[in-house]
This record gives sequence, C-alpha cells and structure tokens, in this order.
Amino acid sequence: MKKIVILGAGTGGTIMANKLRKVLSRSEWDITVVDKDKTHYYQPGFLFIPFGIYNRNDVIKPKSDFLPPGVNVLYTGIDRIEPNDQQVLLEGGQVLPYDFLVVATGTNINPDETPGLKDQLWHKEIFDFYTVDGAVALREFFRDWEGGRLVVNIAELPFKCPVAPLEFSFLADAYFSELGIRDKVDISFVTPLPGAFTKPKASQMLGELLEEKNIRVIPDFYLESVDNEKKVIRSYDEQEVPFDVLTIVPVNTGDPMVERSGMGDDLNFIPTDKYTLQSKHHENIFVLGDASDIPTSKAGSVVHFASEVVYENLVSAIENRPLKAQFDGHSNCYIETGHGKGSIIDFNYDTEPLPGTFPLPGVGPFGLLQNTKMNHYGKVLFRWIYWHILLKGKEMPIESQMTMAGKKS
Amino acid sequence: MSQKTLAGKTVEVTDEGYLQDHNQWNEDIAKALAEEEGIELGEDHFKILHYLREKYEEGANLTIRKVGKSGFTDIKGFYKLFPGGPLKKASKIAGIPKPTSCV
Repeated sequence: MKKIVILGAGTGGTIMANKLRKVLSRSEWDITVVDKDKTHYYQPGFLFIPFGIYNRNDVIKPKSDFLPPGVNVLYTGIDRIEPNDQQVLLEGGQVLPYDFLVVATGTNINPDETPGLKDQLWHKEIFDFYTVDGAVALREFFRDWEGGRLVVNIAELPFKCPVAPLEFSFLADAYFSELGIRDKVDISFVTPLPGAFTKPKASQMLGELLEEKNIRVIPDFYLESVDNEKKVIRSYDEQEVPFDVLTIVPVNTGDPMVERSGMGDDLNFIPTDKYTLQSKHHENIFVLGDASDIPTSKAGSVVHFASEVVYENLVSAIENRPLKAQFDGHSNCYIETGHGKGSIIDFNYDTEPLPGTFPLPGVGPFGLLQNTKMNHYGKVLFRWIYWHILLKGKEMPIESQMTMAGKKS
Repeated sequence: MSQKTLAGKTVEVTDEGYLQDHNQWNEDIAKALAEEEGIELGEDHFKILHYLREKYEEGANLTIRKVGKSGFTDIKGFYKLFPGGPLKKASKIAGIPKPTSCV
C-alpha cells in the first residue's frame, strides 16, 4: 500500500483530501490527514465578530463534517517532518512513512515576536482579530467603549488576508457611525507599506476610500515594540503612535513544526517553486497555501486556486510524468467597505488588480475595484459556498487561472 | 529607463534610479549612489551591501527582518545606517532591484 500524508486540515488540506480520495484507488493508496484541532474555522468570518455581525458559532464547524470517508484522520500534534527518511513524527511518538507529502499547515500570528505586545494589555486594550478569542474579546470591549483613539496596525509582511486590516477599518468606521459616536473615534491605519496596499491601482482606490471615511494612514511604519505604560506603538526609527485601543496584525510565521523540521526560511515559510508548488528541496513534497513562501497573498482564495495545481502535479508525480500544471499566483479578494457595500480585487503574480467586471466580462455581477452593494452580497453568500462547495473540492464557476476578460487595463 | 554616469561609468537606471543590471555595480558606484541619498558609506554599510547582493543572487526574498538576522546588524542598526526606508535605500545603493513588498 502506498501512502500520501496531508499535514493540516484547514482549507487546503481539506480540499486536497477530497480531491485525492475521489481519484486515487483505495486499494492502492492510503491517505492520512493530520491536524491537532478538531474544529474547522471559517476564518473570513472572524472580521465580523468585533462588530456583532457574526458570533463564535457562526464561524466554527467540526472538521470531520468536511473530510471524506476512506481517509484516515489523526487529531494530534505534529512533531516534525524527516524529509530525508520520508516520514513524519507525531507528538506521542507515532511515525508516519509517506510516498508523497502535502504540507498545508498554514500561517499563524506570533505576538511573541514583538516586545510588549503580549503583555498586560493583551486582549484587554490590545486585540488581534485573527483568532476567535481575540475577535470575541474585542467584541466585548467595543460594546462599552465610548470613543478615543483606535489604532489599526500591521506589524510585518507578509500576513494572512492582506485586505483584512483595511476591511476592519472600514467596518469600524461604519459601526461607530451607526452608534452615533463616530465623531468621538479617531481611526489611524498604521502600516509598514508605503500606502494603503501594495499594488498601485488598488492602493489608490483603497487610499481614496480611507480618506473619504476620515481614516488617517500612517505609512512606512515598521513596528519595533509596544509600550503598555505609555500606550504607544513605537517603530524602529523611533516614531510613536498613541492609542486607546490597538487592533493589530501581529508578525505572521509558519507552523513551529516547520522550524523543528529544518525546512523553513526566517519566517518559517517553506521554500517552494512558485509555479509547480513543489518543495524546492524535496521532490515528493508539495506545499499548499500559506505554509509556502510563494510571492502571492496568504488567503483562502489562493489556496483554493493553488489546490488545482497541487492536485494535478501530484497526480503527475505519482505517474512519473513531468509536472505540467503551473500556478499563476491567482488571488481574489472581497473587500468589505462598510454600510452594506463591498469591493473585489482579482490579480496574479504578473497582473495587478484592475477595474472591470467579474466573473463574466461586461456582465459581472461583481464590479472589480468598485464599491457596490452586489459585491457585499457576494461576500455574504461566500460563507455558504465555502462550507458546501469549496471545502468539498467541488467545481466552482471561477477558473483557477486568472483571466484578463472583463478587466480594463 | 535612462542612462546615468556614476563614478565615471555609464550605467542604465530605472525611473526611480535603481540599476538595471546589478553586474554594472562596483563600490565606487555605491559611494556615488549613497551620496545622492545623503549617506557616507563606511565599513558597516559595505558589509550589508555585500550581504544584500549575495542574498539577491541566491534569489532570496529580502526583508528588513532578514537583514536584522544577518549577523551584520540588527534592525535598529539598519535604520541608523540607512535612515528613512532602509531596505529601499540599501537595495538602491547595492545596485539590486527595488524590493517588492508582497502581501
């Protein structure tokens, strides 16, 4: 019996298990999925929790609901990969040999990387919204808050879901407007980037939206430390920004298991061929999603598009054929902008986000780089699509390769 | 894209003043580029410039954090040597392309 091991049962690992079990013969291929957590989190929903739009129960379901029959699932921690011996060591000592390995262990926030961040104010006046606990703690804080300085900060690049802190700022503007205290809330968006976003056209559109909503952008700010006494964030070149409440995207790093395996870069992401998605150092290892170091967004849409490529190339590798599928870095992000509206951006390694319509040229129904109600409905509907179609690895009406049709350059 | 004379040598540069070909670089060109940024290069600067060039040639993603872990300086020291945008300025002076921040 030959063996495929999938590490991580998040968005990527779950899709791969579903795709592979459908095509690989059960008498020839044994598929094992390992994840320490039994709960699947709908991470795009975390953003809505602080504003009371979703609660904890809206974003969690058991992982077992989405993994197919005929796959071994082990809910245990991973100690390390031993790539030269083609095996994975689990916590507790179990050894899993493999013929092929898919690493989909993602990225996580690592507040310990920044001095003073996880200190006395953590989850009291300093919050993340990348964990359910952080998002729920912030919800409780906002319920009684009467206003002051709200600082939204990004500690380091890259980070998961690059538009999330922008959406958070837009939603905060809308939330405090609806409460009637927007004039008492001062919102600053403090970023290491030179502007609102990296890509020029999107940066301009999003920068204008921030300005329109009276959100101050403080660019080129590279976070060194958080001062809990003075309540300021401090950069390496000694700028200080004072806050009453700090909402932060902490430094993102790959899973600590990657470091124990000696397979990561300085942020614990795995060096990966950006086209074939094969590990640069080990032929029989593929890296899917946020765990890799490929130069595109760390986001669910990217994982979904990349899963097509990993699937095709893994099947080719099994059959000893050349790896023909090439990932183009395709990313597609809804951007909630508040007051029931939203925007969408669609881009890849070579093409920056452009205005136009999506997915049907000239028809839409979604407007790229436009701020519309229809785009917001897309995001609302997406949660249903995620649970029922995407995770199961079923066909979606969107091509995994980006298309220029419908875009205006 | 345009041509520019630096330290007596004609080189191709981008609109933002980054060298088109990092092989046209030498230490005198670095000094001329640094002068435009108001920086006088010393030994500590050159250690970082050579480190950046070496990593660039290896195809690594360059980040401020990576330079901070290089052993030649820490992040604070990097800001002191190249004030303002240390990675952008140091890359320009090292003759390598403008760093792309990927999110």
